[in-house]
Amino acid sequence: MTTLASVGERARDVLGVGRVTNQALTTWLHGLPGVDQVGCEARAAALGTRSIKTTAKAWGIDMAISMIDLTTLEGADTPGRVRSLCAKALVPDPTDPSTPRPAAVCVYGDMVGVAREALSNSGIHVAAVATAFPSGRASMPVKLADTRDAVAAGADEIDMVIDRGAFLAGDYLTVFDEIVAVKEACRRDDGPEAHLKVILETGELVTYDNVRRASYLAMLAGGDFIKTSTGKISPAATLPVALVMLEAVRDWRDQTGVQVGVKPAGGIRSSKDALKHLVTVSEIAGDDWMDPDWFRFGASSLLNDLLLQRQKLRTGAYSGPDYVTID
Amino acid sequence: MPLFEYAPAPESRSVVDIHSSYGLFIGGEFVDSAGDTSFKTISPATEEVLADVAEATVGDVDHAVKAARQAYRGPWGRMSGADRGKYLFRIARILQERAREFAVLETLDNGKPIKESRDVDVPLAAAHFFYHAGWADKLEYAGLVPAGAGLPRPIGVVGQVIPWNFPILMLAWKIAPALACGNTVVLKPAETTPLSALLFAEVCQQADLPPGVVNIVTGAGDTGRALVEHPDVDKIAFTGSTEVGKAIARTIAGTRVRATLELGGKAANIVFDDAPVDQAVEGIVNGIFFNQGHVCCAGSRLLVQESVHDEVIRKLKRRLTTVRVGDPMDKNTDLGAINSAAQLDRIREMSGIAEEEGAERWSPPCELPSRGFWFPPTVFTGVAQTHRIAQEEVFGPVLSVLTFRTPQEAVAKANNTPYGLSAGVWTDKGSRILWMADQLRAGVVWANTFNKFDPTSPFGGYKESGYGREGGRHGLEPYVTLGDVQ
Repeated sequence: MTTLASVGERARDVLGVGRVTNQALTTWLHGLPGVDQVGCEARAAALGTRSIKTTAKAWGIDMAISMIDLTTLEGADTPGRVRSLCAKALVPDPTDPSTPRPAAVCVYGDMVGVAREALSNSGIHVAAVATAFPSGRASMPVKLADTRDAVAAGADEIDMVIDRGAFLAGDYLTVFDEIVAVKEACRRDDGPEAHLKVILETGELVTYDNVRRASYLAMLAGGDFIKTSTGKISPAATLPVALVMLEAVRDWRDQTGVQVGVKPAGGIRSSKDALKHLVTVSEIAGDDWMDPDWFRFGASSLLNDLLLQRQKLRTGAYSGPDYVTID
Repeated sequence: MPLFEYAPAPESRSVVDIHSSYGLFIGGEFVDSAGDTSFKTISPATEEVLADVAEATVGDVDHAVKAARQAYRGPWGRMSGADRGKYLFRIARILQERAREFAVLETLDNGKPIKESRDVDVPLAAAHFFYHAGWADKLEYAGLVPAGAGLPRPIGVVGQVIPWNFPILMLAWKIAPALACGNTVVLKPAETTPLSALLFAEVCQQADLPPGVVNIVTGAGDTGRALVEHPDVDKIAFTGSTEVGKAIARTIAGTRVRATLELGGKAANIVFDDAPVDQAVEGIVNGIFFNQGHVCCAGSRLLVQESVHDEVIRKLKRRLTTVRVGDPMDKNTDLGAINSAAQLDRIREMSGIAEEEGAERWSPPCELPSRGFWFPPTVFTGVAQTHRIAQEEVFGPVLSVLTFRTPQEAVAKANNTPYGLSAGVWTDKGSRILWMADQLRAGVVWANTFNKFDPTSPFGGYKESGYGREGGRHGLEPYVTLGDVQ
């Protein structure tokens, strides 16, 4: 696990400076190669035409299920709703015990305790959104308290949001410092630190150049994962955005030796969409990312579509929404 | 093998009916050749014989030209533009309706991946007919003749000879503008890929096109020569090698016959240090490995700025490890079969020469099928301008990599070739794109993209890449006259 000191040291090393300043970050981020929008979207569309059939489809569906962060992030969430979602994670398809389980259940910070208890030692992680999710519009002490609270309640993973206002204003140092501080707040004295996913909210960054820069900034600041979206802003995850982020983590590992995960979240509802993302993982980043430790889907309704497709492959016939449990 | 191994996803060949033998399409009907020679067309991916095709004799060609002349004098030459447009729209719609059939047949006969015939060749062919159908009744307003000089008139009977790399698409590039302008045609498809043209003949019947407006004569070089030398052909349109193009130009020199020639190329794909590098790598791959590199405008010379050479090549090599080579009928195949044994020999020979001249050869690990004609995607680094691989057209999946230091040097190297068909420029600077486009002596200059085609955009060459344009308003010009030819 990277410590605060080592993150700062690595950042200075990557930037080639004695002290991380906004000027140094600007020079570095603006020196990254640009992304041509037309070419990027054409490449994503081409990957989307891969024909995934029979055995490949079955393999992909199971892999996708095991990569899901099963998510509920509503004002109306109750302990009952969260417990019910955890039960679904533990037994996704009661008609087929061979069905893999999703990687994590993702909830608001105050529901971490409920989820932790329901999932106990099943191996399914508890992920919590923090840092004044989804807008991130709060003071630093509030964001850190939000994070520590969730960590103390037993969260294995923290999904933070970056300050998009600061990013768009060119105040990269603020974004960098916040991520570093939240990463520090993910530490536990009595156990392993919570993994930090950094939500870029790409729908608000708009350009692919911004997505690439924000990805590099989050990786430089020690994020374990870079995540597209909160799911509260449209557009959320799109294939070209995932493509740009997968290129970023691939190139970052080439440069630093450090592997960072990617999590598209929001808007991926169909098995077909999930399989297109897996094709992109495979052909852009490669096998090392084809693992729930390194690639996740933030989703809620996706699981049931994958389960329906899985049943179809098993039985040869489509059932219907009443043959998978709603949660 | 990657963890996510794609299962075979073959396109079904049952959508297309291939006859065991084909005659010639003359005067609206399939007729037997007057001669008794025929040739076999095979699938280059498997060497399976697909059909037996008649080889048109001098007499057959004469018969076809007579049919075309009669149709020109008869219904077609006198028909209104609006009515000609109706037929062209009809043909375009039938091509769309039968798109899958054409795509499968093209892939079987040519060896190109089904995803390319499905997503590029056939849709573009239909688009060319739609586009030119729209022109048929508007030629008066196209600015083709000076104001007050009357109406543009058709030329007459056009002899057209097309290559094997994009059989149905090149047919569309040739036939659509010729018919839109009121000409009639005799077309000879390449001897290794005659089947889609013969299926197109069925489309002409289905569209009730008047007999003789389109005639298809199959055969090899002798048939092509008979067509080019025929005294009653008013114009020749040829796409193919520079060598044959020169022979055609010699044949018709001193006669009234006009020609448009779309010949070879050795395009430079120029990558600057400020280029969007991941998209540039994609453009390099698309530039030279699209259609197995059997593309006259292929970006076969990569000119990369020396300061980013290592990074671009590293990324290019990694990208090439994901290129899927194999069964062209599989929907996930990126690189199909080489079109013929002769072409494979040529690619092997040129690659051998490149190695002897000191270029460094690299291919990703890939398993090639044991039957058929195959060549792996290949990159030569350390190529110098003086190497033959940098000068001569290979027409295969073989990329030569050269470096440059300044924009001026890039232009000088890009233009230092007898060809001038196309070029690509990769940079984030708009002003540099415009400057480069102005300096490059190439008929098409692509900026931050490559191998993009559209019927509205004129296509054609400088220097030994030929003359005349196809597509757009410019592409109509070679098919009309002020009336000096009747």
